[in-house]
Amino acid sequence: MIRPLPVMLAILLSLFVTSLTIGAAQVSLRAAGSDAWAALVLMESRLPRTLAVVLTGAALAVAGTVMQQIVRNKFVGPDTTGTSESAGLGLLLMTILAPDSPVWVRMLVASLTALAGSAAFILLIRRLPAREVMLVPVAGIILSGVIGAVVTFIAWRYDLVQYVGTWLAAGGSSGIIAGRYETLWVAGAAAIAAWFAADRFAILGLGDNVAKGLGLDPAPVMRLGLMVVSVVSALVVVTVGMIPFVGLVVPNIVSRIMGDDLRRSIPVVATAGAALVSACDIIGRLVIYPYEVPVGLIMGIVGSVIFLILLYRPTRPST
Amino acid sequence: MIQIRNVDFQIHGNPILHDISTSIPKGQLTALIGPNGAGKSTLLKLIARLEKLQSGSVRIDGLDLSATPTEKLALVMAVLSQHTHVSSRLRLCELVGFGRWPHHHGRPSAHDRAEITRALELFDLTALADRFLDEVSGGQAQRAFLAMTFAQATDWLLLDEPLNNLDMAHARALMRHLAGLVRDQGKSITVVVHEINYAAAWADHVIAMKDGRILAEGPPADVLTEPLLSRLYDVPVAVGTHQGRPLILHHV
Repeated sequence: MIRPLPVMLAILLSLFVTSLTIGAAQVSLRAAGSDAWAALVLMESRLPRTLAVVLTGAALAVAGTVMQQIVRNKFVGPDTTGTSESAGLGLLLMTILAPDSPVWVRMLVASLTALAGSAAFILLIRRLPAREVMLVPVAGIILSGVIGAVVTFIAWRYDLVQYVGTWLAAGGSSGIIAGRYETLWVAGAAAIAAWFAADRFAILGLGDNVAKGLGLDPAPVMRLGLMVVSVVSALVVVTVGMIPFVGLVVPNIVSRIMGDDLRRSIPVVATAGAALVSACDIIGRLVIYPYEVPVGLIMGIVGSVIFLILLYRPTRPST
Repeated sequence: MIQIRNVDFQIHGNPILHDISTSIPKGQLTALIGPNGAGKSTLLKLIARLEKLQSGSVRIDGLDLSATPTEKLALVMAVLSQHTHVSSRLRLCELVGFGRWPHHHGRPSAHDRAEITRALELFDLTALADRFLDEVSGGQAQRAFLAMTFAQATDWLLLDEPLNNLDMAHARALMRHLAGLVRDQGKSITVVVHEINYAAAWADHVIAMKDGRILAEGPPADVLTEPLLSRLYDVPVAVGTHQGRPLILHHV
């Protein structure tokens, strides 16, 4: 039997190396030791960008798994539940109210508004009939739309529509250099925290009654999950813009292949998410070389195709 | 022993339970019976701390429910709820494995793994252990949830309609099995059952509920009588005997 984790790690490693060698400047990895200019390009531009993409993909995919567990619905991700838009709202408010604030303050505020948005989503879906599985993603998309509309309206009033559009589409992704991406390690840490609580999320996914019966109070697990999803979404939106579909499709693919034993599956989810976003980033850098297309755009196209395939292809039996 | 004192319960102002006081004996198989809406499941949920007590008190083996941490209660009683619909894709062995979680909180020992194997065997699931929950029948899934509850290895088992989804053979096997656990391992098991003949055939103690009140309680032979059951369900029933136990004829 093929073990998913080593396979995904191998794929991710090759994508990682590929990402280091692609770019407008022609740089050889071997030359980095002797050539100071090559080392500069690698350490200040290529490596930070590659790490940013890997961290983003891994953290978003894990956040998607967590979201799907706490909502108990496979058709949601951080980008379809109002979380990312709420983070964008926080970012916009900081741009208007405190344009000179340091980046960590913006991230904190974006995390808090993301948390408020996710909490609003949870409160909203609790009022929906439990059996109507498809109402949950619909409610999420409507909430995302409403918050997105508020963002657009405020941006329009302050003549910031273009700024917001550029930011959400690309963030700083094309310009990621050393000193700009490091906060994404916090998103990575949030994903690792999710792995430590993997059993708790898996039990929460079985329902509040099962969790209580096993002596696990659902409320703190829910709060931890919302924090993970919000922090990851906010940091990603602030640093690299909105990356759609990762948190939706990667957990679904991994769940189809190896099920929802999260302690085993979260590492696979993280590597697969990192590999998918890396691949999309590489495509984005090659299609109009030496110029580039934002990774979010490529991810939107690739992700929607994968999602359609997942919807139409039934799950394979395990035996 | 579970002692229930002066328990009232309301949902949105509608009274569901009225001043319930009773006790459930230790080391026996107790059946909660009664018509739909009698409050059986609500009472079971209150005992299992799945619903919060609004008034009164529940003590289980001397532990006050509202003062004992939920992790500690998970080592004393295991609960199977109704409507255990799960969207997670879990293998049966993984699901049953969660029954051991209260004991190891994430670091299973060899003993925990042995208990999981034993629970799978007991519920006839060994061959299905690697199947996903969405690939087995409703009855097999129900047995997997029962095995999870059993793997928790608690003195008390509280089961809300465990016979749901089970065919005749598996329903009988389950009741026989529960009676065996009580007899051989000294477990205390409380079940909500709708098919009254399972209570008649296997229970040691019966609690009959109607309209949020306890109508009668005691050994099956005392509770499962023609006048009482006719009053309980508002339909005439005939009660015979079979192998020394009541046999209720309610379907004709």
